[in-house]
Amino acid sequence: MNFLLKLLPLAVFIALAAFLAKGLTLDPSELPSPLIDQPAPAFVADRLPAQEGQFDSRSMDGQVWILNVWASWCGPCVQEHPYLLQLAGERSVPLVGLNYKDLPAEALPWLARLGNPFTHVLDDRGGDVGLDFGVYGVPETFLIDHNGRVRYKHVGPLDAKSYSEQLLPAIDKLAAEVRS
Amino acid sequence: MNLPRAVMMLLLLLPVQPLVQAAEVLVAFDSAEHERMYHELLREYRCLKCQNQNLADSNASLAGDLRREIRLQILDGKTRQDIDDYLVSRYGEFVLYRPRFTGKTAILWLGPFALLIVGLGSIVALSRRRSENRREESGVASGRSTESDDYAARLEKARRLLKN
Repeated sequence: MNFLLKLLPLAVFIALAAFLAKGLTLDPSELPSPLIDQPAPAFVADRLPAQEGQFDSRSMDGQVWILNVWASWCGPCVQEHPYLLQLAGERSVPLVGLNYKDLPAEALPWLARLGNPFTHVLDDRGGDVGLDFGVYGVPETFLIDHNGRVRYKHVGPLDAKSYSEQLLPAIDKLAAEVRS
Repeated sequence: MNLPRAVMMLLLLLPVQPLVQAAEVLVAFDSAEHERMYHELLREYRCLKCQNQNLADSNASLAGDLRREIRLQILDGKTRQDIDDYLVSRYGEFVLYRPRFTGKTAILWLGPFALLIVGLGSIVALSRRRSENRREESGVASGRSTESDDYAARLEKARRLLKN
């Protein structure tokens, strides 16, 4: 009993060290989204260029699609862009680009320069749609299933690892769900 | 010379406060109660972009959007509960500086009290053990006196032997 009591501080220290070590590997900017498995907020937004009319998120019902939140002022979006272009080539899911708190005059030349992977480019210069999706760190990527639910969310730029190990498998899993 | 310098440093801080207030006065409310609620709420919500600031302090553009949204909702007559729900449904519990009491957050709310009880308990246990030790020590002291009696007896015996 006394022997065990002497070991107690060591045990407490080891437990604390384990928690702190775990904390070092976590990214504090990555928060669990309350939207996961919840219906994606419905919205209507202007398409870019403006003459292309409006986009209604309800028109995507029944199919798996991706909403990517980006802006020309966002540095990490440049970093992420090659993966979006790759995705547009590799999978046939509609890729909707929400141009968040940006101006068309800045956004369209940016897309022309880096390439446009998006099926639809939407104007969210006021940030209202972003607000409904709980966007807090651009870029953000939402994967929405055929029932209109958000199934996967990635905050920050996609990289080789998150693209091939998380996003692609999540898309393929949903595609399999639709088929069955 | 240190004290006047410290006073001057403090004076430098003085004009900042009225300026901050002036910026906030721009938000016009129809009632003082709404205005009070607005300022109170801004202190209760975390800015997601710069996580250690509340919405009142943050300069991030997201914080500006949320301040505008909260202002509109207050003007709409929404209650604090409504606004809490609005933010939690988008950003999760993390947005609240004062987390709600649920199964998940129980350890946050009760943990400190549990630790306090453990701490007090161990202090009581330690002091009890110490007073017991003291009692034992006084027992040892009386033992020592018999020891010295023994020593005196042996000394006496040795003297007698020497005499012979």
